[in-house]
Amino acid sequence: MKTVREAFEAGEFIITGECGPPKGTDIKEMLHHAEGMVGCVHGINVTDNQSSVMRIASLPVCKMLLDLGHDPVFQITGRDRNRLAIQSDLLGAHILGIRNVLCLTGDGVQAGDHKNAKPVFDMESVQILQAVDSLNNGKDMAGNDLKGSTGLFPGAVVTPESNPIEPQLMKFEKKVGAGAKFFQTQAVYDAENFKKFMKYARQFDTKVMAGLVLLTSAGMANYMNKFVPGVTVPQNLIDRMKEAGKEKAIDTGIDIMCEFINETKDSCDGVHIMAIGKEELVPEIVKRAGLA
Amino acid sequence: MIVQETKSKELILEMLKDVKKIFLVGCGDCATVCEAGGENDLKNITEFLESEGKKVTGKIVPDTSCHIPDVKMGMKKHAKELEDADAIGVMSCGAGVQSLGTLYEEKIVYPLNNPLFLGNTERFGQHVEYCSACGECRIDQFGAICPVTRCYKGILNGPCGGVNNGMCEIGNDTPCAWVLAYERLEKQNRLDNLKEPVQSKNWAAHLRPMRHLNPSNIKKMEEKAAKRAAKEAQKGK
Repeated sequence: MKTVREAFEAGEFIITGECGPPKGTDIKEMLHHAEGMVGCVHGINVTDNQSSVMRIASLPVCKMLLDLGHDPVFQITGRDRNRLAIQSDLLGAHILGIRNVLCLTGDGVQAGDHKNAKPVFDMESVQILQAVDSLNNGKDMAGNDLKGSTGLFPGAVVTPESNPIEPQLMKFEKKVGAGAKFFQTQAVYDAENFKKFMKYARQFDTKVMAGLVLLTSAGMANYMNKFVPGVTVPQNLIDRMKEAGKEKAIDTGIDIMCEFINETKDSCDGVHIMAIGKEELVPEIVKRAGLA
Repeated sequence: MIVQETKSKELILEMLKDVKKIFLVGCGDCATVCEAGGENDLKNITEFLESEGKKVTGKIVPDTSCHIPDVKMGMKKHAKELEDADAIGVMSCGAGVQSLGTLYEEKIVYPLNNPLFLGNTERFGQHVEYCSACGECRIDQFGAICPVTRCYKGILNGPCGGVNNGMCEIGNDTPCAWVLAYERLEKQNRLDNLKEPVQSKNWAAHLRPMRHLNPSNIKKMEEKAAKRAAKEAQKGK
């Protein structure tokens, strides 16, 4: 299977999965899920203390997945690191053989399980992208020469359902300007709205993958609507999940995701599948969506 | 103004559990505005402490408790009351507390307030945080809305993904500073201001602890130094 960068450069439709490191050192389940995805995704994101909940760091997990045969996407946020730590982690990623880096601002610490922590945010997504570009060109952010530059492939995120959308698009354009080669969107469910966003995004020289979160119940859909900013699950999908009941919920969630992929795959460059906690289903999703 | 609030009575009692006699200091400036260090607030806290069996040996509300020479001057009249006390309780921001700590090193000084933020007054008795005195101000770029302070993450290149119907993900009815800046710049027909990436902030402009001299003080110092140099040069001849 091609790496993320190779597949983009070859113009292929890209599939990435996601791996959330656990809290604690027992990585059996995580590795089992990751192994299941080998050969069916081009890349696999490793989250960086996602939702500000403390877990294993992204970088060592990226290295483990690389050793499994994956092309990891190293997620790096500005929430827990200042500019020294961000740059040194990026250098570290390069020497470990990790190439893809998804540059994020990071959730607020108030969302997580260490609410009294000091949020760092010395750098945010656009500035991290600029730092990657600088390290790729042999200089650090302070303009010092590097002994060996990085060869990182930077990506970023965008929220097509953000309200209001205009400031979000302005930031999207800044990210493109700062060197984002690819984007994974925040979870999207409304195919029409996503296609509208893609029509706009097509003006720019960057790749865009639809971010898809597997619905596992009507309750989860309602929760996302209520508590996850920038995510809207349309009522008709919630109704379908409700009708499906417990037994058919996962199956219906997969159907919904596959329908979205079919409806939008001609307008975007790939899909980022987030099957939170159900990663073992990713091969099945890929197959049912006709992407295998 | 330094917005502040008085600690809860439970916390004050816990903090002062070993204190029998206390001298109280308020502040005629910010703490008074926040109803947390004016004459009336000191009277109330005195009544409370006395009801708990403590003796308040005396009290003072300096014009501004952060002004060390003024506090020293005002305290002259209270030397005996201060001597009788085994501690000083200060109802002001931490700057005021430290004025007392600096002046009376032999006394234990207790902060009875929690300093909250550098605040604007929106309307009487209602304060918001607009500025965090970060050392370098260029908020003209953002429609005179400070993202360092008014954005929870203090980010400089536009909203994060946490904006929700124009509001910040932290809740508390906090509007997204970036949506506000966008709307204001749109009104001014200056949206181009937001297109160029902004570099990471120069935190060297805010290296703690900060010091500052007024321009006239600098001038005086320079004059003094020049005089000294001239004198030395004369001596050398």
